[in-house]
Amino acid sequence: MRDVAIIGVGMNKWGELWQKSLRDVFVESALLAIEDAGVDHIDSMYVGCMTSGLFVGQEHLSSLLADYLGTAPIPAARVESACASGGLAVRMGFMDIASGMSDIVLVGGVEKMTDVGGDGATYALSTAADQEYEVYQGITFPGLYALMARSHMHKYGTTREQLAQVAVKNHENGSKNPLAQFPQKVTVDQVLNSIMVADPLTILDCSPITDGAACAILCPAEMAKKICKKPPVKIIGAGNATDTIALHSRSDFTKLNATVKAAEAAYKMAGVKPEDIDLAEVHDCFTIAEIIVSEDLGFFKKGDGGKAAETGATAIGGEKPINSSGGLKSKGHPVGATGVGQVVEIVHQLRGETKDRQVKDAKIGLAQNMGGSGGSAVVHIMERM
Amino acid sequence: MFPARYWREIPQRYRLEASKCKSCGKIYFPPRLICAGCKSRDFEEIKLKDQGKLLSFTVIRVAPSQFVDQSPYAMGIVELDDGARFLTQIADCEPDQLEIGMRLKLEFRKIQEDGEAGILCYGYKCVPA
Repeated sequence: MRDVAIIGVGMNKWGELWQKSLRDVFVESALLAIEDAGVDHIDSMYVGCMTSGLFVGQEHLSSLLADYLGTAPIPAARVESACASGGLAVRMGFMDIASGMSDIVLVGGVEKMTDVGGDGATYALSTAADQEYEVYQGITFPGLYALMARSHMHKYGTTREQLAQVAVKNHENGSKNPLAQFPQKVTVDQVLNSIMVADPLTILDCSPITDGAACAILCPAEMAKKICKKPPVKIIGAGNATDTIALHSRSDFTKLNATVKAAEAAYKMAGVKPEDIDLAEVHDCFTIAEIIVSEDLGFFKKGDGGKAAETGATAIGGEKPINSSGGLKSKGHPVGATGVGQVVEIVHQLRGETKDRQVKDAKIGLAQNMGGSGGSAVVHIMERM
Repeated sequence: MFPARYWREIPQRYRLEASKCKSCGKIYFPPRLICAGCKSRDFEEIKLKDQGKLLSFTVIRVAPSQFVDQSPYAMGIVELDDGARFLTQIADCEPDQLEIGMRLKLEFRKIQEDGEAGILCYGYKCVPA
């Protein structure tokens, strides 16, 4: 297996992009990544997108986007794993190069969520859960994560204030990110007193509906040393795992087993431990998700994730900075793009380009992307070359 | 909701028909073709008990379109006395009565409607036992 490096990244501002179609959003971001890498061609591409079919009636993204990027007839594939589609696209690109089949690969993610209105978006997102045994009964995604939050609070004494601290921190970070959808800062009081969506989660515990794309250019690490204009970043670990799709089929609602397994595989490949990770981008689709994931990645003991958020351990200046980009909460969550957006942030951090949200001496970063209520997870560990 | 898709799940939604692995005893609701535990393909048909305890709960206040008229409504994960676990609504109960560990009973209820002219969809909800 060859070593794989990231030599270019590109991301546009995320938000409600009424003027831009799915094709525009993706192509813009891809061109930014291609320019950042300084390559004059790509050999293949992988696009993560959860459900362009339900949002804009468009499938067959492999062909559409290869065409609109001007790269047909290269091999292309659209990959899907609900909200982990972006991370999965990165993994597919990694495998394409590691295996020797391609040299320069574009990995990207895109979601255009605002053309359908609130009900349409809720329905589209619900397809990530068990249609017949969860959604049929009346559950929503905030509801599923609220069930996890209730369990975590019951078992470990996690409080609503600790959940709110995650939102406060991520908005604090997002306020420094010019590409974030919601760069406004929030207070604990604002989070606690905002509209209750599914007890105990309020609207400010939830990530938003967003349009956006993010892309990266990968190539063999040996080639990166020769052609990369900017400091290349090596992917030193990659993991992917699955769990039961339905939350009620799991033995412990406070543990995300797919994340645990994907992280184990990534740490093993990279030859590093949780203590060695300088910063992480994690899937804070809801505040409780960041708390649980921070434990399941091995950063904190099981049950201590809430305390860690409260004490500032996960702030940019803390011992384990999480979501310096603002996370899904503040930066936005265009479902299929999120996983690639995380990688973009890690690359910028490892290159030292993130200005006032820079994590000092960042050398090794981790991106954790998951689908649905944790049914799938993709983890990548990256190191400055 | 299309008729065939709804009709296929009737044995589970109306009669709680499940399957039990003959090899390792794991219970599946709905029934499966292969046991995730021991990989056996040999199952016996069983009907689940209708009582159990509440493992976790929430109150849905921002509901999907088919459930807007019912909101706010409580939902919970229930573990039946034979070990099977479900996600259901919890009816006939005030939100402040919900408590992890409380005893619940499954009842046959209408779950949702498919617009003005579509199928009436039934199934199970829990009520305090």
